[in-house]
Amino acid sequence: MAHINLKRGIAGLGIAAITAGLLAGCSTGDSGGGADGEITINVALAANPQMKTAESLISDFEEKNPGIKVTFTTLPENELRPAVTKDVATKAGQFDVAMIGSYEVPIWADRGWIVPLDDYAEEDADWNEADLLEPIKNIVSKDDVLYASPFYGSSSFLFYRKDLAEKAGVTISETPTWEEVQAAAAAMEDEAAGISGLCLRGLPGWGQNLAAVTTVINTFGGSWFNEDWEPQLTSPETKEAVQFYVDSLRDYGQPDAAKDGWEGCLQQFSQGKTAIWYDDTVFAGSALDQATPEVEPNIAFAMAPTGPADLASGWLWSWGLGITESSKNKDAAWKFISWVTSEDYIKLAGEEAGWDSIPPGSRASTYEIPEYLEAANRYADLTVKSIEAADPLQPTVDPVPYTGVQYVQIPEFVEIGDFVSQQIAGAISGTQTVDEALEKSQEYALKAVTDAGYLK
Amino acid sequence: MTTTASLNTRAVVTRNKTPQPRPRRTRGRATRITMGVLGWASSLILFFPVAYMVMKSFQTETVAASATPQFFFVPTFEHYVETFDQGIWPYALNSVIVTGVSTLIVIALALPAAWALSVRAIQNPQDSLFFFISTKMMPIAAGIIPIYVVATNLELLNTTQILIIMHLGMNLPLGIWMLRSFMQEIPLEIIEAAQVDGAGGWRIGWSVVLPLMRPGIASTALLCAVFSWNEYFFAANLTNSNSTLPLFLQKFLSFGELYTAQVAAVATIVSIPVVIAGWIAQKSLVRGLLFGAVK
Amino acid sequence: MATKTRSAITKPPLMPRAERWKRRGPLLPALVFTLLLTQIPFVFTLVFSTQRWLLLSGNDSEFRGVENYVAVVQDEVFWKSVGNTIVMTVGTTLACLVIGLLVAIFMNHSFPGRGIARTLAITPFFVMPVAVTLFWKSAMFDPSFGLFGFIARSLGLPPVSWLSEHPMAALIILLTWRFVPFAMLILVAGLQSAPQDQLEAAQMDGAGIWRRFTNVTLPHLRPFIELAALLLAMNLIQTFGEIAMLTAGGPAYGTTNITYYIYLKAFNAFDFGMASALGIVSLILTIALILPMLRLLSGIFRTEGRR
Repeated sequence: MAHINLKRGIAGLGIAAITAGLLAGCSTGDSGGGADGEITINVALAANPQMKTAESLISDFEEKNPGIKVTFTTLPENELRPAVTKDVATKAGQFDVAMIGSYEVPIWADRGWIVPLDDYAEEDADWNEADLLEPIKNIVSKDDVLYASPFYGSSSFLFYRKDLAEKAGVTISETPTWEEVQAAAAAMEDEAAGISGLCLRGLPGWGQNLAAVTTVINTFGGSWFNEDWEPQLTSPETKEAVQFYVDSLRDYGQPDAAKDGWEGCLQQFSQGKTAIWYDDTVFAGSALDQATPEVEPNIAFAMAPTGPADLASGWLWSWGLGITESSKNKDAAWKFISWVTSEDYIKLAGEEAGWDSIPPGSRASTYEIPEYLEAANRYADLTVKSIEAADPLQPTVDPVPYTGVQYVQIPEFVEIGDFVSQQIAGAISGTQTVDEALEKSQEYALKAVTDAGYLK
Repeated sequence: MTTTASLNTRAVVTRNKTPQPRPRRTRGRATRITMGVLGWASSLILFFPVAYMVMKSFQTETVAASATPQFFFVPTFEHYVETFDQGIWPYALNSVIVTGVSTLIVIALALPAAWALSVRAIQNPQDSLFFFISTKMMPIAAGIIPIYVVATNLELLNTTQILIIMHLGMNLPLGIWMLRSFMQEIPLEIIEAAQVDGAGGWRIGWSVVLPLMRPGIASTALLCAVFSWNEYFFAANLTNSNSTLPLFLQKFLSFGELYTAQVAAVATIVSIPVVIAGWIAQKSLVRGLLFGAVK
Repeated sequence: MATKTRSAITKPPLMPRAERWKRRGPLLPALVFTLLLTQIPFVFTLVFSTQRWLLLSGNDSEFRGVENYVAVVQDEVFWKSVGNTIVMTVGTTLACLVIGLLVAIFMNHSFPGRGIARTLAITPFFVMPVAVTLFWKSAMFDPSFGLFGFIARSLGLPPVSWLSEHPMAALIILLTWRFVPFAMLILVAGLQSAPQDQLEAAQMDGAGIWRRFTNVTLPHLRPFIELAALLLAMNLIQTFGEIAMLTAGGPAYGTTNITYYIYLKAFNAFDFGMASALGIVSLILTIALILPMLRLLSGIFRTEGRR
């Protein structure tokens, strides 16, 4: 019987566990850094086109830094996060350099999982810290200490089709409101041709639909928590914002919306199946690159739409490179980071791999490169404007106790955010109303912040 | 993998040899045509998504993403080239190692276990058997945290060893069960005859039972290998850069790129070995699965 | 293992101690390995489940007693995931058995090209699951780009939003497609071994096709069906990659099963304490619910050791 065997198993276990512990004690000691002069650093990267370019150009780094070899672990975003977090938090020590998002940087810094970079930056004049875009530098720092070097920075804005707008007789200004966008979507929708009015993220996940929804909540004057950490998910403003998001999607959005993250919308938009798309600025290059010949010349951009509160609503994100505390080759790790986030690298990538594959949004100097400005003339200017307009310290109207535009900078947010994003996906798919979704979310958030001790 | 006459499968073998049932003359033709049409229809429906996938792997992403399926197009091999450019070989090698080694060990451990559960049975063998099967029903995720923590401490993370161990745990119950079913079918008389000749346990096992078990071992190994080759959960949670083919696929799910055709190409390449093995070994596989039930 | 005598039918003769150990010998490596691999994590999980251990809040875990368990039992999403696991496993198993039996009946008749037809039909079982799932998402289910949407449009019907509105159905369709070949393989062999003499006798008695099928073929098939059901359930209950790739468990946790929920808690939210408690509770549920059901499918375990 299973029960009996279970008991027996447990009895035998003490010994086994001790053995395992002993083995662990023995085997951790001996894996030092390379003694033969050759140093290998392990770098974990998110599998984005810009990172792939970096991987392909690594010989340039290895030529300039003889004796350092770089091996890459490239994983899709949603796999990279668990992989590096597990590794660093359990001190497994597989990575010298880890690419982490701006949400993680302060949390990791707080835990001492990544080391401060200020000293390295100061000594490395060529790297030119002053050139980093200020808002991006701030979100990869904690208490004004730099903990990760931004590889790229991004905000969110609007993608739309000029030709469809013209056909429908609407214009989209450079700074539209959500009301205008919804009206334009209604006019541009063309069911006969299979073109939806707009495409918004619907897929559950705090980094998927919730990022977009949260920016809308902000610009409607809603928030996640008030200053006392009381959840505000059922406040009139938040409700109105979420209702607006869900209604827009259900009335004019892409079909089967609850399954689409940015991947789905990128495909919808680039293949001409949707007229308007609200998403990350970094996709501008990808969308133009992969658009069909009919769509490509008609792609235009605008700032993230504003709402009743008339706040800039674009989000703010950066993928940064940090040195792990467990790294045994921190100096070599910095050399790599310095190379891959330098002005020279951006020029190199542009010349070798094409100007649409450079990491954007990290440095002011990028936006002075004539070749890049020409290649990115439709969106470069708006990208910088969007980044500069976003304010993670004051994301919405009322003061809030957290930082972050499209997220809440606390470790518990992933759990809360995933729950809420699932409920919102349920509202998008029509299995429940927005009110039901938000009431469940409110209850969940309340319990989570109470358990964690934020709410007294 | 062909059936040998001496095989234990009293039941199945003789039945397989039975000629088609006789009383089908009158309605035979109509039935045959209907069944033929239905048989081919169901087969094509099941196979279609695979064929469709292979077709899309030769399209450009834009063609593959068109709303109306394109059946006539200029084939491109760019996704296959890209697959090899992105370094499939280390992953393929790992897959071969993990699948090969874990399957070998499964057989090596399961054979004696099956022996102890059938030929020279311990008391109440069904309790042990039941225990093994019950471990297959437990949610694998339930143990993943401690496995991760222990693997970290033993420096086994991101190695083929940890995958081999986990695949071993995953496939061993199945292996024991299948091999035991096979052994159960070996006619008592054969073993008794060997005993009369004075053969000991080892001799009987090695030179009497093992040869009779070959088809069973082949089908057990095939099934274990298929599960190991396609395994995703442990690969995703315990390894990253040094992993098997299901994780190689992830390289192509990158931020900001269309991937339907590329995924199709990778899927086609990585599935080829298993599909071919499955095609070749289908009969043997069925026999292996069956014994438990046929008795 | 000898502690509990289960069946009084064949009372095992008492063996001498030495003989008993000699017989256990060959079993031990497999048994010890399986015990270690399944029970060590169990004990660790038990310990972790009493901790508040949120990886992102640092490594310092604190004792919480049964708080995590209270949270699990009160967690609506957990119960939803239990329900989803049952629906997904039972639904797909039943669908596979019914469709698999139908296909097996077709394949049991000889027709031109039967070997090729059968070979093509079993292919879905072998192709890499994660890869075909992604492919199904973008090239089959998608209303704009997928085949289903195209077919619906061609017929003048509105395309179905499979993954938003019928996510569980979509998941079951995908899993059924993958596992029908497996059920079919087993059932074809069952049909081939159907007792021809009895079938003929029944026909002589004037029994129609349906009567012959229900009275002779089906009882004969019973152990094959049980076997197929067990093997299918064993695989389906662990479904993970398909959910991760197809729906991310949503919408509103509509396709989150136990495995995926534990994964979310453990490796997305990094709430190790809660995830461990989830693991233990689902383990208890499995033992309490599934194992007795397994016992009922007793055909598989009926056989005794022979000597």
